[in-house]
This record gives sequence, structure tokens and C-alpha cells, in this order.
Amino acid sequence: MVMRGNTSPHARSRTPCVTGEAVGPGAVPITLEVNGILRALPVCPGATLAEVLRDQLQLTGTKIACDRGACSACTVRLNGTPVCSCMVLAIEVNGAKIDTIEGVAGETLHPVQAAFLEHDAIQCGFCTPGLIMSCVALLESTPHPSEEEVKAALGGHLCRCGTYPHVIAAVLHAAQTSKRRP
Amino acid sequence: MSDKIGVRSLPAGIAGVSVGQIERRVGADEAPALAPNARLRCIGQPTARINGHAKVTGQATYTVDVKLPGMLHARILRSPYPHARILALDTGPAECAPGVRAVHVIEHPIGRAIEIDAAPQSGPAGRELRYVGDPIAAIAAITPAAAQAALERIRIEYQPLPFVIDIEAARKADAPRVFDHTVRTEVFGGPATQLPQHGNVHGPDASASRGDAAAGLAGAEVIVEGEFRTQVQTHCCLEPHALVADWRDEGLTVYISTQFTAGIRAELAAALGLPLARVRVVVDAMGGGFGSKSRIGNDVLAAVALSRAALAPVRLVLARDEEQIDSGNRPATVQHIRAGARRDGTLTAVAIEAYGTAGVALGAGVGNFAQSIYDCRDFSLEQSDVFINAGPGCAMRAPGNVPGAFAYEQIIDELAERLALDPLALRERIDSSPVRREERRIGAERFGWSRRQPPGSAPGVHKRGLGMAQSHWPALVHTNCACEVRILRDGSVEVRSSVQDIGTGIGTVLAQVVAEELGLTPGEIVVRIGDTNFPAGPPSYGSRTTASLTPPARNAAYQALRKLLAAIAPTLDTTPEKLTMRNGRINTADGRHSIDFREAARRLSTEQIGAVASRSDDYGGFGRRTGDFAFARNALGGVQFAEVTVDTETGRVRLERVLAVHDCGRPINPRQIESQVHGGILQGISYALFEERILDAHTGHMLNANLEQYRILRSREAPAIEVHVLENYQGNSATDAYGIAEPAIIATAPAIANAVYNAIGVRMRTLPMTPAAVLSALGRLPQRS
Ligand code: FES
Ligand code: FES
Repeated sequence: MVMRGNTSPHARSRTPCVTGEAVGPGAVPITLEVNGILRALPVCPGATLAEVLRDQLQLTGTKIACDRGACSACTVRLNGTPVCSCMVLAIEVNGAKIDTIEGVAGETLHPVQAAFLEHDAIQCGFCTPGLIMSCVALLESTPHPSEEEVKAALGGHLCRCGTYPHVIAAVLHAAQTSKRRP
Repeated sequence: MSDKIGVRSLPAGIAGVSVGQIERRVGADEAPALAPNARLRCIGQPTARINGHAKVTGQATYTVDVKLPGMLHARILRSPYPHARILALDTGPAECAPGVRAVHVIEHPIGRAIEIDAAPQSGPAGRELRYVGDPIAAIAAITPAAAQAALERIRIEYQPLPFVIDIEAARKADAPRVFDHTVRTEVFGGPATQLPQHGNVHGPDASASRGDAAAGLAGAEVIVEGEFRTQVQTHCCLEPHALVADWRDEGLTVYISTQFTAGIRAELAAALGLPLARVRVVVDAMGGGFGSKSRIGNDVLAAVALSRAALAPVRLVLARDEEQIDSGNRPATVQHIRAGARRDGTLTAVAIEAYGTAGVALGAGVGNFAQSIYDCRDFSLEQSDVFINAGPGCAMRAPGNVPGAFAYEQIIDELAERLALDPLALRERIDSSPVRREERRIGAERFGWSRRQPPGSAPGVHKRGLGMAQSHWPALVHTNCACEVRILRDGSVEVRSSVQDIGTGIGTVLAQVVAEELGLTPGEIVVRIGDTNFPAGPPSYGSRTTASLTPPARNAAYQALRKLLAAIAPTLDTTPEKLTMRNGRINTADGRHSIDFREAARRLSTEQIGAVASRSDDYGGFGRRTGDFAFARNALGGVQFAEVTVDTETGRVRLERVLAVHDCGRPINPRQIESQVHGGILQGISYALFEERILDAHTGHMLNANLEQYRILRSREAPAIEVHVLENYQGNSATDAYGIAEPAIIATAPAIANAVYNAIGVRMRTLPMTPAAVLSALGRLPQRS
């Protein structure tokens, strides 16, 4: 009996976009507004937004942990809304506004980032960029969230190191500090 | 350096209880006695993580972010069968596939039990594949997709063989054999005596037994007994196993997500026959390990071989399903325990029969928990490994003690009830640790233990229960461990070690310790770690990193400062012994000169001076030493209290609150310690309630090889957690610090199980405690045929 195979079915399901081999349509030009800067680039039809950000735009702050929408490590903002960038094909979001972790801080850290530091809401930090993207979005839509609202906003995020208690404290603290601002 | 011995008077005792002094004879190169934390500036402070800024801005470089010019991408071909023999393998079609640069066939896989006298096999034909996901070959190509596509072109002829994936079935005499030959026994931290093997059962190992348990049980006034089952848990590091191997004529550099750079270097050098000096291992930010990234695996050797063949850097990152199937796991166990006691609570005898499975590997034991935590003269432990056709287990946060404590702390809870004693009162009788006594006292008071009601007495549908359990873990010290401190001429300071920060914050801890010694602030210390070009540091496993590395870091700082004083004394018209350092200023004995650290450094005649210090033995000696590490005389404790509500209609267990009291010698960074304790507790809850690897009985495939059906705890399931950490001074080293990561998880699952019992009056002896398991224990599930 001759059998072939491997055990990584999801890896196999990706459309190969192999240089030197004609498989499917080639790269398609798109534009994205990434962290406020317009970027024109060719993307393979099968490439996810996460892959394009990391591999083509060198924005490696966005992390891939499960590559199928289960952990939210890859969270970026798509026209303001937090999404799992591993579940979005880059070609689908031509013309969109994308915000990544690299664009969150201005001259100084964003209050959420500063609160993460102060509350030690970081261990290995692999889940951290995704968490920060969701928390920043939460405070924009709900400036004064309850603890339950914070937990709900983090509901899709996995942190294996167990930073949730410090993340929740950090977000509540960041909400308070921005309260004091005029 | 000098061999002179001096006598130091060091703080000893628990802060808040009583701290006295202990006299220790120590080497003259050791830094002077360190005051208790209350009198220090940097040590004991909640300093923010030095790499925190990089992590919150997305700038931190993890191994998955490493990109080298000309880098290739590798993928691994894996067995689709749980058990099969390779009859023929042809890589030819793959080699000429588009974009392919190298193909490597894995002929002699590592990371599993090794058969002693199997006939040597040459070439891939004849190799037995023993689990679904067993690696066969790897390909490096110009893109991951090209490598993946080329894997499909490898032609293999398999002969499927009978397999077994169930631990009970595997124990039967006529079960399909996972290994045809006896495998070599491996014992953690001790000399291996070859154990017997019958069929798939390797063991029993009875080396921890003492006294006569049978006689002790015969003489007991009360006996409690139970069988406990724990599941396979996977590590689920968010950063997958990843490396970039870069083989060049001048040597090999490996960028790898690892818990032990120096260990990976030593293993690679040995495996490849390279001198240590020609292998460099580097990791900057590291996305979690929990035991699974401690050693080299087949993925590492394959990437190195591909890089060597292709003469280009090769990147290999496991996909999530590969992580779940073939990157290690916490083995499953079955433990049968009988414990006998006198009516006054004295534990007279304990007999434990345990078997467990780490798939095709060894190491499914129950740790040193039951044998060490309580006084008991007659004790027997017989533990065996059972092989099944599943991916190899490996160390996972407090290996052995986590399943061991789940069973044993429930038996003790049961014994307390039978003796009509409070669980805390029983432990006062059988636990001689003064540290845990204090932890119980603090914990009971802050938790409100007196609210606890008799088991099963809570009214209504949602029943509330309180439970507690204790931790026990050896305090380990890696003695092959060094650290360098350099003082540069502009007053800047570097601390250098190959140690890696896997998320625990060791770099921050080093900065605090060195800053304390030099009268500086942690922010002024430049921390250079995660690279074997620096002095070889300890692994980040076994809760031993801080204990091993902070004493040499402090001693190196002290010795570098001595050198600085010696170098500048002539410029102050004095001799080094007449110079003292206080609050960052260097003063002459006559009080005529006082200069700050920077000014002193400026007077150096060379660009830098420095010192390298190695880990000296604990001042009072070690309990036991084995190879590169040692067991400190006192173990680590910890007590945890859990409050749950059980919905008796849905079977759902909800954690309301966990309170943890722990000790780790002298705490260096209380905030990072709290983070680690949170991590231990949350992983413990996840283990207790949600996680379980599920294998398909018909195909041997893992059905939940992902992060959605393999359920781990999320933010909404996290309870309120309170952490209290004792300052426990023992006068053992220049910092007197020990570890925390593993003690923090050991007590969690049994504390929850005891709380669930207190709520519903029914014992949960099997993990995980899913709604279905709880309903079934309550007799509320219709029997399935
Ligand atoms: S990596 Fe996108 S959700 Fe996990
Ligand atoms: S900090 Fe490690 S996964 Fe969240």
C-alpha cells in the first residue's frame, strides 16, 4: 500500500503561491492604509492579512499563534474594529484602514500600554500585542467599562501565561487615568 | 580568586514572624550579608519589567520574527498512522520540486524511549513510526508553501501495524507492543537502575519506598483509599516551537525559542560532534515554554541538517496542530492510594500504586510529592510507565507533582473527614514544615476558612464549597551557572549571562540585584542575556533560574566593584581597603574624599573592568547533588485555598476565588512573582476543569489538535486571585532567593477538587472536572450503553 500524507491539514489547505510554479492566480496589487501610511503592495490571493503584515510589511508585532481564529493573538484593527488578522485574506480588505500594535504609541506610550507595564500585565508577551489592540478599542467605544465589560472584551483572547488578572486591572486603571483628563 | 573562608551573620527566619541571624562560613569572594528586604532599595521592589516596553509596543523580537538574508523555510512530513513500518521511501520527486533546496530524512528520531537492543537500522526503510505525527522527513524551500507542496511528493510505502492508544488496553499482556524491545530506564536526578519491562509496562520503580507499608496499614486505626485519574495536558505555548538554524563554515548559530540556551548548545555540539565554541544559541523574546522547550527535538536537528545541506539559514516553525501532537505533553496517570492513620491523625502508612503514560516516552511518574510532604514512616510507591501509540510526553510545569498532588491531597482531605478533623488541623499533625504552618495560618485567616460548612450541606441548586491543598517542590539550584558584570569607563554597567527570559522576568531580577550592589537603579543596568556568547547561565525550568543565577550576579557585581576600588584607590591617595561604598558614593576612611560611582569609573585606566562569578554551593551545603544541579536542603512550600460554586443542574464548576500563600526564599520582584503565581493558578484551574487531549480510538489521531476544541481557560473563567508571598530568609546564598513557578500550580487542582467535594459531597477523582463528569458523579446523567 502506498500512502502519502502529513498531519497538518490546515497548513495544506493554503493556496500555494510558489515562485517559479504556476499555481492559481498570481499576486494581486492592493493598497492598505497601515498605521496611517498608505502602502501599495502585491498580495497572493491566499495570503492572510497577518501574513502580509508580518512577511511583506515587516510588522512582526502582530503575532500568529493558532492561525485559525481561536486565540486572538493576531488581533489588529480593521477600519477601527478588532479582528483576527489570521482570519482575513489581505485581498479582501483592499483599501482598508489597518491599525497594528506598532502604531499604538505616539510620542509616549498609549495609556493602555503604560498601564500594562505598570501592572505587569505581561509575561512572555506573545499574546500582549493582540490584547492591547482589543483593550485600546474597548476604551474608545466604552471609556469607562465595568470589570465584566473588560472580561467580555478579552473573551476571545488566550493567554497561556495567565496575565488576565493583571490585564483587567491595567485596563480599569487606564480607564480611570483617562477619566481624569479633561 | 581567593579560597579564604570568612564567617557571615545572615538574616534567618520568616519576616513578620521572627527574623534572627544565622552564622555561615562562606568564601571570601562572596558579597557581604544582605539585609532583609525592608532595608533594601532595589531588591524586594516591584520594578517594572525591563523588556516590557518592547513587549507592549510590538518591538520585541521573538524567534518567529527572526529573518535572515537568504533564509529558507522548512516543513516536516509526519506519520498519518499511529503505528506503521516504512517499507520504502523515495525523496527524489520532492528534491526536484519547485523551490526546494534540501531534503532531510529522519532515520533515528530522538525525544522518546530508546530500545536497548534493537537491531541497528540503516536507511529509512524498516523504521517504525509509533504515533500519528511521528516525524519522517523535512524539506527546506524558498517559501513555506513550496516546502509544504514538496512534502506531498515524497513517496512512502507504509506497512500499518496494530496499535494501542488506551492506557488500560495497553497494560494487557496481549496488547499490541509499542516497543518490541526493552527500553533504557531514565530517572530524573538520580542514577538509573534498569527496570523490568513486560509488554508495554516499564517498571515498577519502587525506589522511593521506605519502611513496611503493608505492616503499617495493618496496624492503622483508620484507612482511606481511592483511585485517581489524570488526563494528558498539552503545553499550548502561544509562541510555537521555532528556530532558525544557520550553518556556516565557521560554526553553527541557532536562533531558537528555548528554555535553556546553554543546554541546547551542549546538546547540539554533542549531537553534531562540534566543539562547544563553534555553536552559538540565541533567543531574545521568548513566547512561553512550560517545560516543552527544554531540549533539542527532531525539529531542531532537522532544521540544522537542512541548513547544512542547503548552505543557507533555515526557519522551522511548528503549526498549531503539530504543537499539540508532537511538542510534548503532561502524561496521564492512574493512581491507587491507601493511607492509614491513628485516630489522633498520625499518618502510619501510605501505599501508592501508580501507572501513567507519556506515549512513546518515559516519565509518567507522580513526582516526589507524596513521598516528601508529610511525615510517614511506612511508605511505598510503585510506579510504572505504560507505552501507548501517542506523542511523547515531556516535563510540564511541576512534572509528576501536579498529578501526584491532585490524588494525595484529596486522600488527606478524605482522611481528615474520617477522623472528624479540620483539614488544616490534620496538617498541623502530619506536616512538619514551619513555613507551611505559617502559610496555613495566614491563608486561613485571610480566606475566611472558618466559613467552611460540612460537605454537601449547602442548600439550593448552586452549591458553594471551600477547599484547600498544599504544594511541595524541591528547591533546585543549577550549579553549572555563571554571570558576568562589567563596569565601563563612563559608569555604565552590563550584566551578562546566557540565561533566557521565558516570561518570568529574570533580566529585570538581574538588574535589581546588580543595581542594589552597585548603589545604582535597575534602569541603569544594561542586561545582556539569551546568547551563549555570554557566560553559561541556568535553564528556565525546575523553578531554579533565580535561585541559581542571582547569587553569582550579586557576587560578580561585588567583585567588579572591588576591582574598581582597587583601580581608583591611588587616585584618591589611599588604599582599597580604606574605601567604602554607601548609597552609590565611594568614600575614603578619613572622610576627606567622596565621589560617586560614575566619577569613580571615569578614573579607570582601561575601557572596562569586570568579574565573572559562578554559582557557589548553598552556604549550609546542599541536600543532594546530581550532575549540573543540586537539591537545596529545604524544599519550597505553598498553600492554596479555593472557593467554588457548583451548578448541580448543569454540572458546571465555577471558581469564585483562589487565595495563595507561597514562599520562595527572599522575594526579589514581588510583582513578577505575583504574575507567575497567577499563571500557576490559572493553568491549574484550566487543568482541573477544561483541558484534555482526545485521541480517536479508531485512527490514533488527536481530535482536538487546535486551540478551540482543546479548551484552555479564558478571561471570563478567571476567578479573583489573592497572592501572599512570605519573605523566608535561610542564609543560604548571596541573595537567598529561590523559585516560584512550579509550586504555584501544584496545589490548585486538588484545592478545587476538595472545594467541589465540600460543595456537593461527592468526590471528583478524575480530571478534568467537566460538567458531564460532575453530573455523572452526582448520578444525574442517564447511563450510556
Ligand atoms: S493567530 Fe489568529 S486567532 Fe490565533
Ligand atoms: S503573556 Fe504569555 S501568553 Fe500571555
